[in-house]
Amino acid sequence: MSAESSPKIVIVDESPIRAAILEEGLREAGFTRVVHIREMQSLLARIYAEDPDVILIDLENPSRDVLEAMFQVSRAVRRPIAMFVDQSDAASIQASVDAGVSAYIVDGLKKERIKPILDLCISRFNAFSKLQDELDRTKSALEERKVIDRAKGILMKVKGLTEDEAYVLMRSTAMREKKKIGEIAQSILTASELLK
Amino acid sequence: MTTPLHIGFIPLVDASALIVAVDKGFAATEGLDVTLVREVSWSNVRDKLNIGRFDAAHLLAPVAIASSLGLGHVKVPIVAPFNLGLNGNAITVSPALHAAIMGEIDGDPRNPLLTAQALSRVVAARRKAGAEPLTFGMTFPFSTHNYQLRFWMAAGGVDPDEDVHLVVLPPPYMVDSLANGHVDAFCVGAPWNSVAVDLGIGHILHFVSDILVSAVEKVLAVRQGWSEKNPEVLAALVRAASRAAHFIEQPENRAEAAGILAKPEYIGVDAEVILRTLGGRLKVSPDGTIRESSRYLLVGREGAARPDPAQAAWLYAQMVRWGQTTMRPEALKAAMAVFRPDLYDAATGQPVRAASGGDPIGAFAGPAFNPDDIAGHLAAFEIGRWKP
Repeated sequence: MSAESSPKIVIVDESPIRAAILEEGLREAGFTRVVHIREMQSLLARIYAEDPDVILIDLENPSRDVLEAMFQVSRAVRRPIAMFVDQSDAASIQASVDAGVSAYIVDGLKKERIKPILDLCISRFNAFSKLQDELDRTKSALEERKVIDRAKGILMKVKGLTEDEAYVLMRSTAMREKKKIGEIAQSILTASELLK
Repeated sequence: MTTPLHIGFIPLVDASALIVAVDKGFAATEGLDVTLVREVSWSNVRDKLNIGRFDAAHLLAPVAIASSLGLGHVKVPIVAPFNLGLNGNAITVSPALHAAIMGEIDGDPRNPLLTAQALSRVVAARRKAGAEPLTFGMTFPFSTHNYQLRFWMAAGGVDPDEDVHLVVLPPPYMVDSLANGHVDAFCVGAPWNSVAVDLGIGHILHFVSDILVSAVEKVLAVRQGWSEKNPEVLAALVRAASRAAHFIEQPENRAEAAGILAKPEYIGVDAEVILRTLGGRLKVSPDGTIRESSRYLLVGREGAARPDPAQAAWLYAQMVRWGQTTMRPEALKAAMAVFRPDLYDAATGQPVRAASGGDPIGAFAGPAFNPDDIAGHLAAFEIGRWKP
C-alpha cells in the first residue's frame, strides 16, 4: 500500500502499551500512517492538525465525548466526521464495544476500507485484555507465593517445623477448611501481626 | 422470579434515584436484580443502551431526543418514562472572569440578564485588547448544559459560536481544566461546581434555575422496542426509582442518601459535598458565601419526575436554534413522544393530571415557551444559527 492510499489513522489512547500493540498490528497490515495521541488536553486541536481519515479511541477514555463534538457544525473541521456505526453492521458494532474500542471515520472513506481496520482493532484490543488478565493473574500468583513463604517462615519459627512440614501443615489445613492455601497463609500473617 | 437488568450511569448526583433504588433495595422489592454499570462518557452510555448492552440508562435528556431523531448518530428510538433530575447544573467561572464580570455588572449579580450583559462587555473589552476569546466548557453537544450556557449568554448579546469558544469536556476533567486555565468557565452538574468552589478556583455564578425555572437534565432512558416488549419490568423500574426519589427528597434521609452516593463505586466524592447539593445549600464562593435555593436539583419533588413533552419540545427548539437540526413538524412530534408521562402515570398509579398550562420552562428572557409555535418562539431571539 502506498503512503498516499494508506488512510491516516489516529489512535487516542492513554495506555501506551495497548496503543503500541495496535499500532504494530496496523503497520503489519500495511497501514503505515498511524499517529498515537496520549495527551488529552487540546485533543481536538491535535486531531484537526493531524487531519486523520480514521480515529480509534478506547471506551475507557472520557474524552470520547470530546470527539462527539466534532459531529457538530464547526468551521474548524475541514471535513465532517461521522461515526462508523451503520445499523446494517450490528455484529461489528457489538464486537467493538465489547472489545472496548470505538472507531470514527471521516466522511468519504469507503466502508470496505474501514472494515479491516476495525477488525484488526477489535482483535488487538481483545489480545491486550487477555495479556492484561494474564499479567494480573501472574501478579496475584506472585503475591500469593510471597505470602505463603512468609507464613511458612512463621510456622517454622513458632512451631519448630522444617520448611516441608510447615507447607504440609498449611496445605492440610486448607483442605480441611475448604480454603485456598493463600487464604490460610494470609490468616497466619494476620494472626501473627495481632499477637505481636 | 427476579429480572436481571443492566443499567448504565455517569457518576453525578442526578443519578441518585437509580443508585438509591438499587442500594436501598427498592429495585429488589420490585423483583429487579439491577447491576449498575458506571461509565466514563455519555457516548458510551448511549451506545451501550443502543446496542442492548444496557437495558436502561441515566441519560442526558437531549441525547434521548437526538438518538430518537438520528441526530449526530444512528437513529434508535428511546423513551423516557421518568425524569431523574431537574436544575442540578450550575455555571461556574474562574476567579478572574468572576472579577471581570463583577467589575462590569450594573445591578444584582443574581440577575442572569445583567450578568450576561456584563459578560458581553467583558468579551468586547477582551476583543479590543486583542486577548483570546473566553472558553466555556460543557459536557456534550446534546446537553441541557450546552443550551443553558448558550441561552444565557445570547440574551446578553454574546454569540456563543462567534464571540467565545464552547468546548466539550468530560465532567471529571472540568475542575482541572478551570484550574489550569484551559477553560474560563463551565456549566456542569453536581457535584463538580462545588468541588471547584471548595478548591478555591471557581465561583458559582448561576444556578441554572436562574436561567430556566424548570429544565430536565437527565432522564431514565430505555429503548422504545424494549419498553414495548417489557412493559411490566419498565413499570417496576419506574416505581423503584420513584420510591428512591421520594426517599431522597425527605430532608431526614438526605444524610443517608449522600452517604450512599459518596461510595467509591457510585460517585466517589465526599458525602458532605453531595449533601450540600441535595439540600440546595451550596457554597458559591471560595470565601464561604452560601446560597440556598429551593429550585436547585429537583429529584422528584414537586412532580419533577413526571415527564412533560413540552420540555422535550423546548430541547428540540434549542437544537433548531443552534443549528444542530432543521425545524420539521414531524421531528418535533417525535421529540415530544420521547417523554412519556403516560408510562409514568401507569407505573406509579397516580391520577393523570391535566396539563397545568402556562409556561413550562420559565426562561428569564424571551417570550413564554409555546410548543405549538416553535418558529414564532425562535423568531423572538436575535442570536442563533436558525434560519426560518
